[in-house]
Amino acid sequence: MFSILQRKFSGDRRTSRGRLVLIVLTMLAGAVIPARAQESPYIVTYDHYLEEPGSLEVECFSTFGTQRAANDFHAFWSEFEYGVTAFWTTEFYLDSQTTFNESTVFTGFRWENRVRLLQNEHFINPVLYLEYEQTSGADKILKEVEGHDVESDYAVPNAIASQEHDHEMELKLLLSKNFKSWNIAENTLAAKNLTGGNPWEFGYAIGASRPLGLKASAQRCSFCAENFVAGVEMYGGLGTTSRFGLPNTSHYLAPVAAWNLPSDWTIRISPGFGLNDNSHRFLLRLGVSREFSGFGNALSRLFGGR
Amino acid sequence: MNRVLSSCFVSVLLIAIAFAQTAEAPRTANPVYAPLTKAPKKAVARRNPLQDDPDAVVGGAKLFALHCSECHGEMAEGGKKAPSLLADEVQQSTPGTLFWLLSNGVVRRGMPVWSKLPEPQRWQLVSYIKSLNPKPDAGSEKHPEETNSGSPPPANQTP
Repeated sequence: MFSILQRKFSGDRRTSRGRLVLIVLTMLAGAVIPARAQESPYIVTYDHYLEEPGSLEVECFSTFGTQRAANDFHAFWSEFEYGVTAFWTTEFYLDSQTTFNESTVFTGFRWENRVRLLQNEHFINPVLYLEYEQTSGADKILKEVEGHDVESDYAVPNAIASQEHDHEMELKLLLSKNFKSWNIAENTLAAKNLTGGNPWEFGYAIGASRPLGLKASAQRCSFCAENFVAGVEMYGGLGTTSRFGLPNTSHYLAPVAAWNLPSDWTIRISPGFGLNDNSHRFLLRLGVSREFSGFGNALSRLFGGR
Repeated sequence: MNRVLSSCFVSVLLIAIAFAQTAEAPRTANPVYAPLTKAPKKAVARRNPLQDDPDAVVGGAKLFALHCSECHGEMAEGGKKAPSLLADEVQQSTPGTLFWLLSNGVVRRGMPVWSKLPEPQRWQLVSYIKSLNPKPDAGSEKHPEETNSGSPPPANQTP
């Protein structure tokens, strides 16, 4: 079938390859079962739950940010999250942003891995997070706040900031626990820019959330309380190895909410408020995601697996 | 010399641990269901607070279709990735055992942790799984202490 398709689209090699990729992706999308998961509402904080094995979650997020001394921006990123096993999830990000009255630029990629350290549920559940990112200085998704990240860092025009290329390694210890239907999560991060002799940078994120309805209703419904999860998260920088502490750091408080639709989509919203003069005054984050369970199996079958 | 002694000591220790684990591990007829035997006594004895709720099974069926059927099959008959939930090992387990297994998962064998579902939803799932019992006389939701025999729950028995 692919050879026929390839011949049909033999005019332009690039176009045919693109179309072939599109067809493969369409076939995969048709082969997998969309599954509504109970998604967490957090956007910055991580709890200890990983992607189900073989499931792919495709997510699109955006951050609108105001700036006092520069143009406002709208950063957006896509996440492809795959459950390799029940204790290992891997995720690939593509980042970009538009700064109003300036330009739209692709700002890089990230690859993260989360590994559950303990088999069973415990009083506190630790997960190890390891990320490699290759981004430009124009990256503004603010997926985490670390070191002495402050609002003025983001005021550099895209044309200049895009010239700077960072290779960064990031380690996080994710701690999370469920208590009386509440989830409480705490993340500590240490990041090291591998280009140049930069010091380690530290940051934190904490969050609490709870579903609005605890029991599942008998009917399939969009507006049932059980489909909504609400909470709050707080995140910020903790300085560097050379100057650890709160001076010259930024911090945010952000209510979060997620709506898990029966049509297999999850919508998230989080208005964030800067807590000091170093922070952006306002960040509005939005996210849309869809989970496809059985993606791994479908991919395996497509390439002759059982 | 010291190195040789240390290596011998470590080897003996490892073998001893391996033997101890083999001896301690409770055996079941089908090893797939072995994780059920690992539930602590306190968890095994927990009652299902939704036992008398007629809506629990219906809600549980909805949750099962959303979260469990992809691996365990639409009728819980089992599949390539996960075992049947109609088996005696599951049906004769106490609700507390099933709740414990749902909450902790069997991460090593690919079953995720489902504690992200609120507790009432996990109990709804337990109610639904128990309602699938093909033998009406086996594995009732009756609390083990309430049974006349007073025998320990089947999930903890070693055949």
